[in-house]
Amino acid sequence: MADLRNNFVGIKSPNPFWLASAPPTDKEYNVERAFKAGWGGVVWKTLGEAGPPVVNVNGPRYGAIWAGDRRLMGFNNIELITDRDLQRNLREIKAVKMRWPDRAVVASIMVPCDEDSWKAILPLVEETGADGIELNFGCPHGMSERGMGAAVGQVPEYVEMVVRWCKHYSRMPVITKLTPNVTDIRRPARAAKNGGTDAVSLINTINSITNVDLDLMAPMPTIDGKGTHGGYCGPAAKPIALHMVAEIARDRETLGLPISGIGGITTWRDAAEFMALGSGNVQVCTAAMVYGFKIVEEMISGLSNWMDEKGYKTLDDFVGKASRNVTDWQFLNLEYITKARIDQDLCIKCGRCHIACEDTSHQAITKEKNGVRYFEVMDNECVGCNLCVNVCPVEDCITMVELAPGMIDERTGRVVTGKYANWTTHPNNPMRKDAVEPAE
Amino acid sequence: MGDGILKDGIAAGRLAENQYVSNFADLHPPFVQHEAFVEADRCYFCYDAPCQAACPTSIDIPLFIREILTDNPLGAAETIFEQNILGGMCARVCPTEQLCEEACVREAAEGKPVKIGMLQRYATDAAMDAGVQFFTRGAETGKHVAIVGAGPAGLACAHRLSMHGHSVTIFDARPKAGGLNEYGIAFYKTPGGFAQAEVDYVTAIGGIDIETGKALGRDFTLADLTAKYDAVFLGMGLGGVNALRAEGEDADGVDNAIDFIATLRQASDLSTLPIGRRVVVIGGGMTAVDAAVQSKLLGAEEVTMVYRRGREQMNASGFEQDLAAAKGVNIRLWLAPKRVMTAGGKVTGIELSYMALDAGGALKPTGETTTIACDQVFKAIGQTLASDGDGVTLAGGKIEVDDEGHTSMPKVWAGGDCATGGDDLTVTAVAEGRDAAESINRFLSGK
Repeated sequence: MADLRNNFVGIKSPNPFWLASAPPTDKEYNVERAFKAGWGGVVWKTLGEAGPPVVNVNGPRYGAIWAGDRRLMGFNNIELITDRDLQRNLREIKAVKMRWPDRAVVASIMVPCDEDSWKAILPLVEETGADGIELNFGCPHGMSERGMGAAVGQVPEYVEMVVRWCKHYSRMPVITKLTPNVTDIRRPARAAKNGGTDAVSLINTINSITNVDLDLMAPMPTIDGKGTHGGYCGPAAKPIALHMVAEIARDRETLGLPISGIGGITTWRDAAEFMALGSGNVQVCTAAMVYGFKIVEEMISGLSNWMDEKGYKTLDDFVGKASRNVTDWQFLNLEYITKARIDQDLCIKCGRCHIACEDTSHQAITKEKNGVRYFEVMDNECVGCNLCVNVCPVEDCITMVELAPGMIDERTGRVVTGKYANWTTHPNNPMRKDAVEPAE
Repeated sequence: MGDGILKDGIAAGRLAENQYVSNFADLHPPFVQHEAFVEADRCYFCYDAPCQAACPTSIDIPLFIREILTDNPLGAAETIFEQNILGGMCARVCPTEQLCEEACVREAAEGKPVKIGMLQRYATDAAMDAGVQFFTRGAETGKHVAIVGAGPAGLACAHRLSMHGHSVTIFDARPKAGGLNEYGIAFYKTPGGFAQAEVDYVTAIGGIDIETGKALGRDFTLADLTAKYDAVFLGMGLGGVNALRAEGEDADGVDNAIDFIATLRQASDLSTLPIGRRVVVIGGGMTAVDAAVQSKLLGAEEVTMVYRRGREQMNASGFEQDLAAAKGVNIRLWLAPKRVMTAGGKVTGIELSYMALDAGGALKPTGETTTIACDQVFKAIGQTLASDGDGVTLAGGKIEVDDEGHTSMPKVWAGGDCATGGDDLTVTAVAEGRDAAESINRFLSGK
């Protein structure tokens, strides 16, 4: 039985599944339910400074895109940080942490970008007994217009400055939450590290307009005929988040910096993927908002069974195992040659592989044989692109098969060498240099 | 279905008043929008789709399903009607499990094809309910075509001729247009006056006159039509009924299944329709199933379908056979009628011969017999051309036509059940009518 216990920058939780700072963690009531359901930890919905709390819109604050049968694929929100009084939130954090000492309770914070504001709130949070703080440098809407959230996260110098204040005025572990709305995620991550952060968490939500109401001619969600960009998340955001996690995990300057992975995590497999790319744990929001807290049962069971199957006894056994295989394009092996293979027993003859290849790619799949509907890969045209695999509705019907050394690639007429050779040494590369191996 | 009220012999009012409505309600309630979206999402949008190839009218099925999925039901309807102007009725009566849905790749993948018929109904209902027309009458050519029979073949032919600008007059022997759609299909497949609504929808293009109560051979001859019109299309179906060739078939209580179905369809009050307490239907096709099931739905206590061969040879589809069984019809195979038993001129039962294939594969009585007690016998063993062809060449009892529907006479085309070829389905009749119209148009425009 795999050990799912998680130790993230000294914050312990019975499993690596935390709820991200968001509506599900805004109140004692919700967090209590989450812990009863089995969540390992929560990052409390972002606290603001003392005084009159922020206000939210009173119309729709969420938007979504769907796949078939209204399966929610992408989600967006224009909600701000907690709109409840600071003192009340602090009292509730304290009460919850006392009742659930084995669970992680981290407080997310966002106050104006001046030293006094941070200096004022940090002791109040520390007094609750919270396990740590997460700096909300990511919220892309509303608060950013006021110089907070993403407005800070987009300026590495500000990130470093605020992290430094937090480390100076608090003993709590600091997790810096990053906005993806930047051109290079490594810059704010490096800045956070330079400021002394204990970890980064990412991604926060992505600037987005999910849809347009074609009757009102207004973006959705629509407030009295107008809309604004919101923060995008959910399953459709996962690939963007995975890339950013991987970039930080393999960056020489941030190597070893703990990462809490966030972005569209819906199942145990999503979580395992984030962790394989270097996340010490994961945070979930959208999936809980769509299906409720019960999903954590599937995540715990699925991760545990997969770890057992693979022989991983603890989370550390596989965290970061895939990040070493993330590299630059220039280091990909150009001598690695695959061809698509269609399993005729599994093929249902929908023809999608043929038309995708014929219309949009390499004209490498037949449509008939002896006058009968028949889909087969022509090796002399197939570049091994994987498009047919992706469009095939039958799992494992089409697979990419590697050509073994000594075989001839019928497309190029060349013998497969079985050696490693990348673009850096390729004769077509005007900038070619002597062989360079990818960094491990 | 409820319990019948036990009355001996052939009697009306076997059910409680309110039961007729539920018994004869829509067999498949239409999809609501969400159901349509979920089902449409199952379509893989196949390349050169097998479903389309399996459709006798070649409807671009993946395209119309994609149009439904993107909340464009009118676009979907136009895609359907371009190929099949009677797409609404075909959505209801096509044996889809033998056509498009059998070919659906999801049938191969998981045994659950996309419900193409239901989706087609969703789209065509949307357009017809909104009264949206997609086609306009072509510029007047001054040519005038006579059509015999206002059924699916005749209507499809007329609509396409009107699109090309020709004027059309349709003659039909019955009081109403629609042919088998109006008179020959089970009530629960097309409730709510759909057949007449579809006639109105098709003829709304203009240039089509329908003269009802006028029968070929009775009120006019084919020679009259060829003399007066620029071209003629024969689509009058099969008006005759095959005889049982069994002793006693003239007895009171032996009726044609198609007449029973027609009477039922035209009835304003189903509780006034008499039906036997015990009914035997002879035949193995769709008409036999329609008659048997509706007998049961009218409150008959025992209904038995008798077919002289095995289940595999039945013309009724597997779905139809299952429907009959589900409604309580007992299907008996390898039995042929030998003698209708009577008392006082009324049916009391039927004596049946057991049948088997001999060594040469010919169907022969085995010599054994059995009897089924009954009050009523419906004959559903096939229909025949009511006329001798009136001058056109026949083949196998039907009007012989070429690939374009052209008969042996230069100005005369034919299609639907009365002509050779096709499967005697509504959808093949539509295809034949439409294609004959194209051929007629080429003829009239000298191409």
